[in-house]
Amino acid sequence: MADKLFTSETWNIIVTQFPLAIWETVYVTILATAFAYVLGLPLGVILVIGEKDGILPLPAKLMKVLNFLINLLRSIPFLILMILVFPLTRLIVGTVVGTVASIVPLVVAAFPFIARLVESSLREINPNVIEMAQSLGASPWQIITKVLLPESVPSLLSGGAIAITTILGYSAMSGIIGGGGLGKIAINYGYYRYQYAVMIAAVLLLIALVQLFQSVGTNLSVRMDKRTRK
Amino acid sequence: MIQIVNVSKQFETKDGTVKALDGVFLTIEDKDIYGIIGMSGAGKSTLVRMMNMLERPTEGQVLVDGVDVGSLSEKELRTLRRSTTMIFQGFHLLMQKNVLQNVAFPLLLEGVGKKEANAKALELLALVGLEEKAKSYPAQLSGGQQQRVAIARALATNPKVLLCDEATSALDPVTTQSILALLRDINESLGVTVILITHQMSVVTGICKHVAILEQGKVAEQGEVTEVFSNPSSEAAKKLVLPQGEEEIDLPEQPNMIRVVFRGAPSLNQPLVTSLARDKGICANIAYASTKGIGGKAYGTIILSFENQEEKEEAIRYFQSAEGVRIEEWNHGR
Repeated sequence: MADKLFTSETWNIIVTQFPLAIWETVYVTILATAFAYVLGLPLGVILVIGEKDGILPLPAKLMKVLNFLINLLRSIPFLILMILVFPLTRLIVGTVVGTVASIVPLVVAAFPFIARLVESSLREINPNVIEMAQSLGASPWQIITKVLLPESVPSLLSGGAIAITTILGYSAMSGIIGGGGLGKIAINYGYYRYQYAVMIAAVLLLIALVQLFQSVGTNLSVRMDKRTRK
Repeated sequence: MIQIVNVSKQFETKDGTVKALDGVFLTIEDKDIYGIIGMSGAGKSTLVRMMNMLERPTEGQVLVDGVDVGSLSEKELRTLRRSTTMIFQGFHLLMQKNVLQNVAFPLLLEGVGKKEANAKALELLALVGLEEKAKSYPAQLSGGQQQRVAIARALATNPKVLLCDEATSALDPVTTQSILALLRDINESLGVTVILITHQMSVVTGICKHVAILEQGKVAEQGEVTEVFSNPSSEAAKKLVLPQGEEEIDLPEQPNMIRVVFRGAPSLNQPLVTSLARDKGICANIAYASTKGIGGKAYGTIILSFENQEEKEEAIRYFQSAEGVRIEEWNHGR
């Protein structure tokens, strides 16, 4: 059984295919996370400051619509979402298949999730500290850039670790639509060609990557936090 | 000068409308140390937040140097807030920034360059005696040190007025005294008007020149501290000055007791109990005592117990000649 599971062909696949697959997984994950933060971070800030008692209250109706849309996007299964965003992907990338094309659905799936992560980080800030900044004549923009965001850096970083590991998991799924990386290898060799050893190797590597991203994120978060007495 | 003119404030809550302030008039002169004292819920925090418009009055006006601050634009308001800064019970420092960055924070808000801001921040840290903590983070400091950092931060924009919102309530008595001394120094050396809100008598008698007593959103009494406390006319003032008067005193059942109430007895060096022993040979047992000196006069209560009925009556006659003292029979449970 063992020699059937792990053949010289398996080894061959691992050596020739895996380096590129790891690289594709890493760069798709990092790029998708970065783009998702470009959208999700401001959105998360708006969710906090735009509230009725926030520092820059927005119309209650607008806030309701925003919250509804975020929940809506978050409730669509990623497998379905990948297909639903085809028109958008084609518009941006020019094609709907391939590694680069898989970044678009990843961003669409991740940014509402990231907005929620950012929202919950910012809500941890003591409202009295915001009042303090107002009492010193801080403008809403200054409160965002000099109080809300800097004071929640440790929490934002641990949220970032959650976001990047989740996106890594999603990126493996995008193998279905031809997105490259370890997910594609796992599906192509393990599912379609019954090369279970390749699939297991790919999954083990995915696990290792999640562990790596998570521990780097947690470590940074703890090390950056100045609230501990040292 | 800060003038509060007929200010009222209502809050809408789930349980209906709450009137936090109700027709308040106050005038606070420049360079004063002004105390606003009251029980919790009296409206003190709301009142002090009107002086920098963190709270807006429902009715009435707040005038700072004659300008109605309720009519200022957002931008003008920010300028006002830089000249009327605030310290808080909970210090509210930026926990991810070091001490120097915290003190420089208001300067950076103003657009001052980083280098200049840091230099000014260091000067201010020297003023509050925390130069060597410049690189520490707030979590590494004691409560008293954190409040000093907050004071340095509040002074960074050269304010004319410093609002203190229960600034010593989270501190122990010794630290409280050192913070009050620092506030007095700042008032004297920099000419900053200090407005303190507190529920602690000792804060007001310790450093304030003027005081207003706030009760249920109304000013019960205001004036010079010595005046108000040596001759309290309102119930609220009496309650603060003579808190024991209202307090339940729990003593074991005993006959032949009297209660000696000091209501501004001429001085603290009127040794009543000792002179009773010397002049009449009656030894009183002090069962309870709580007195304090305000403006050189004594306030408070002593409860004395005697051997027998005769001694008690003799003592009552003896004490009746003393000035500013009232004698009552003390029956347990009143």
